[in-house]
Amino acid sequence: MILLTRKAEFSSAHYYWNEAWTEEENRRVFGRCANKNGHGHNYTLEVTVAGEVDPVSGFVVDLKELKEILQREVVSVYDHRHLNLEVPEFAAGTGTIPTTENIAIAIWRRLEGKIPGAKLHRVRVYERDDLFAEYYGER
Amino acid sequence: MAGLLQTERQSARPKAYLTRRYRLSASHRLHTDAYSAEQNRAVYGKCNNPHGHGHNYGIEVTLGGSVNAQTGMVCDLGELDVFARTHLLGRFDGMNLNTLDEFREVVPTTENFTREVYRVFQGFSGAKVVRIRIEETGNNSFEVGEEPGRG
Repeated sequence: MILLTRKAEFSSAHYYWNEAWTEEENRRVFGRCANKNGHGHNYTLEVTVAGEVDPVSGFVVDLKELKEILQREVVSVYDHRHLNLEVPEFAAGTGTIPTTENIAIAIWRRLEGKIPGAKLHRVRVYERDDLFAEYYGER
Repeated sequence: MAGLLQTERQSARPKAYLTRRYRLSASHRLHTDAYSAEQNRAVYGKCNNPHGHGHNYGIEVTLGGSVNAQTGMVCDLGELDVFARTHLLGRFDGMNLNTLDEFREVVPTTENFTREVYRVFQGFSGAKVVRIRIEETGNNSFEVGEEPGRG
């Protein structure tokens, strides 16, 4: 089995807010991240898939196809968007705050089952170069 | 759509990993009294220079756990940073590792340094620290702990 990783980037705005809490609680727990006008990051996404090497093509997956899948399923939805306001999995009422952890989980759910010939192994999302979250599909 | 998300939110407690990277600079000398001077030079080469040398270490701390349904987080990052400032940076940054109690009995190789940092972070109560990875230089890195995704 071979692991293969493809990178993509998106730049998005977000803020952290738990609708069940008071404004004071939100500010205490989330600090500056609770600013409702939002702030943003250049996110780097690394998607790792696992599979066998096709004996003819020598590929696990067609990287061009993987690039297109990431573009279609993730980048076109997240890039230059406000995650809280414009991306359905983080919309008001879902209770899902667009933290780096939840973004990794949401991207896993967007990609699961959509990569032909390989198994999704890991989704890693860098919020900055000193902070990243990973999800392996564990419940 | 909203109904589906609602159900998922209530039933699933997904496990995720969060990695924070810190930087610190320290010096060390690789030398053990168990070897002769000649053996030390043979085994450790230029790292045995009696005056020591230093690195800008890159230290990655990986926490694993269920994502808290209220905060969307595995761990309060502020709490981790406070812990790291005291117990990682406060202890090792700008130091000569050979002069510290932790390395009185063991050689401060980055293998042993990584084990020590892993031990230190087991004292963090905010979330479980599952792995420490240290880059000594851009060419060398060392890991202690479990491989995420296998738990």
